[in-house]
Amino acid sequence: MSDAVKIEANGLTLGYGGVTVQRNVSLRIRTGSIFALMGGSGSGKSTVLKGLVGLLRPEAGTVRVDGEAYWPGTSAQRTALNRRFGVLFQSGALWSSLTVAQNVALPLRLFTRRRAAAIADLVRFKLALVGMEDAADRMPSELSGGMRKRAGIARALALDPDVLFFDEPSAGLDPVTSRRLDDLILELREGLGTTIVLVSHELPSLFAIADDGAFLDGDTRTVIATGAPSALRDGSTDPTVRAFMHRERIDADGRAG
Amino acid sequence: MLVLEGDWRGRDGLVPTAQASAIARAVGDMRQVRIDALALGNWDSLLITVLWQLRTRLLADGRTLDEAGLPPPMHRLLALAANEAAAFAPRPRRWNPLAALGGATLSALAAIGAVTELLGSLLGSLLGGLWGGLWGGLLPRGRRPGARMQNGDLLDAVQRAGPSALPIVGVVNLLMGAILAFIGAAQLRRFGAQSFVSELVGLSLVSELAAVMTAIVLAGRTGGANAARLATMQGNEEIDALRVLGISERVTLVLPMTLSLVLTMPLLYLYACLIGMVGGGLVAVGMLGIPPVAFASALVRVVPLSQFAFGAVKSAAFALLIGLVSCHIGLGAGRSAAAVGEAATRAVVAGIVGIIAVDAVFAVLADALGL
Repeated sequence: MSDAVKIEANGLTLGYGGVTVQRNVSLRIRTGSIFALMGGSGSGKSTVLKGLVGLLRPEAGTVRVDGEAYWPGTSAQRTALNRRFGVLFQSGALWSSLTVAQNVALPLRLFTRRRAAAIADLVRFKLALVGMEDAADRMPSELSGGMRKRAGIARALALDPDVLFFDEPSAGLDPVTSRRLDDLILELREGLGTTIVLVSHELPSLFAIADDGAFLDGDTRTVIATGAPSALRDGSTDPTVRAFMHRERIDADGRAG
Repeated sequence: MLVLEGDWRGRDGLVPTAQASAIARAVGDMRQVRIDALALGNWDSLLITVLWQLRTRLLADGRTLDEAGLPPPMHRLLALAANEAAAFAPRPRRWNPLAALGGATLSALAAIGAVTELLGSLLGSLLGGLWGGLWGGLLPRGRRPGARMQNGDLLDAVQRAGPSALPIVGVVNLLMGAILAFIGAAQLRRFGAQSFVSELVGLSLVSELAAVMTAIVLAGRTGGANAARLATMQGNEEIDALRVLGISERVTLVLPMTLSLVLTMPLLYLYACLIGMVGGGLVAVGMLGIPPVAFASALVRVVPLSQFAFGAVKSAAFALLIGLVSCHIGLGAGRSAAAVGEAATRAVVAGIVGIIAVDAVFAVLADALGL
């Protein structure tokens, strides 16, 4: 992990149709880190992720990718910046009318000038990385939840992104599958040097893989703590953060107990 | 003291609220109500409901319910129901006819604006695509603009909209022609004019019914399916996955869906005219005894070719309307399973109403053009 900053968000305010979900969110995501967006259900983690990947225009604030401002540019410039991103959506979001292999191949077909045979080789390799080589010709509806997510990762890896975004990678998976997905994320970081941003509230997975992060609070609607999840668990003095990290309830007077 | 005896089970048919108020009356104005449940038999959540309501009433008056006499499981359930509820802001909505009318007008105008904007952007990308196609052949693959409609998408959509609709469009229009001939002949016979049945069938099919019936069938079949498909993709985040890659869902999804309808509907219209005439002919020849040659020659004589051309243009306009409206509704749908069904229903309803409205415009136009 270097000290270079891959994505920097300053004073982001995000919301839908006048309802503010998070305000004044500032993040520094370092190149090569695994950055966790933490917080309880409904605290706006996925919304912040949408703001970072360009699906939701912030009401205020800036996002810089490699020092380049994201939102002021034209949509063509944004698309070019997005080419550095790979996103795994919560449900995998595989295009349901295409096979797994076609899903992975589509970005390659549209955005690279490789020949069909070269694309097919690349697709096989990306599927092999996530252990899904044999499912290449399956339709998404034939896959289990965990397999769909792995195929989604293969698709996110298609264009060799600098940054991978994961929206709740372990949601709805059993502990073993979830653990395997964590290992896969770690190995992808080690192997490809990819910066990884993940949204999660799964404590074991947060402690195991994330080395930096920000805690979003649903009540005050902003970031209340930053740092690695394990450091927050051991050192944070904020009652909400402590309660979350230790899986405790909060008393009326704000003490974790 | 409140003594509970015997069985208290919902499946035995007790009405909880009535019981609660009966008990509340019996309790009167006791400061503190103690419960004796020693003789209590079987019970289920019905009894808890009654006690919970009683406790709420007592607490509201500043009185108390002493639950110590209850069996422990019941005690625990009651304590659970006393937990702090998740805080929800109350819904501010109160129905106001004037506000509802204004809101409906604004949203209708906004929908018309959005559909028009969608049409504009589709035309833009279609022209850009044609232009890019001319130049693109000369450029290496990677230099071409990224998100373009794939020919395969269009062919799939044409297949879904056109050939697979042939049976139902055929059946509907065959019966429509037959019904027209049958009902028309019954009226014409009173004036001894049943030989004019072919004029009746031909003119009404070609100028109105074939186009409208075909469009309504496609609004239900293809329009509903398009809206449901896009709404499902929306709920499954598939559209987001396209957008993140900078692939426009308008170019890759809406354009083929709409274009395929515009391309196939005029052909389906001509097919519908033909089948409808066959239906009318079967009745005329089989039941009214009109010679087949006479029926056919009257048709050719009475229906001008310009009517077919006008009908084909009208069908294309219906197709454009169905495509745009269904895609607009599908893309704007919410992200739940119920939203998919709602989007499909709304697409069919809006499609059919739109078809009738556009048909009225064309009727005025035909009058002005003297067709």
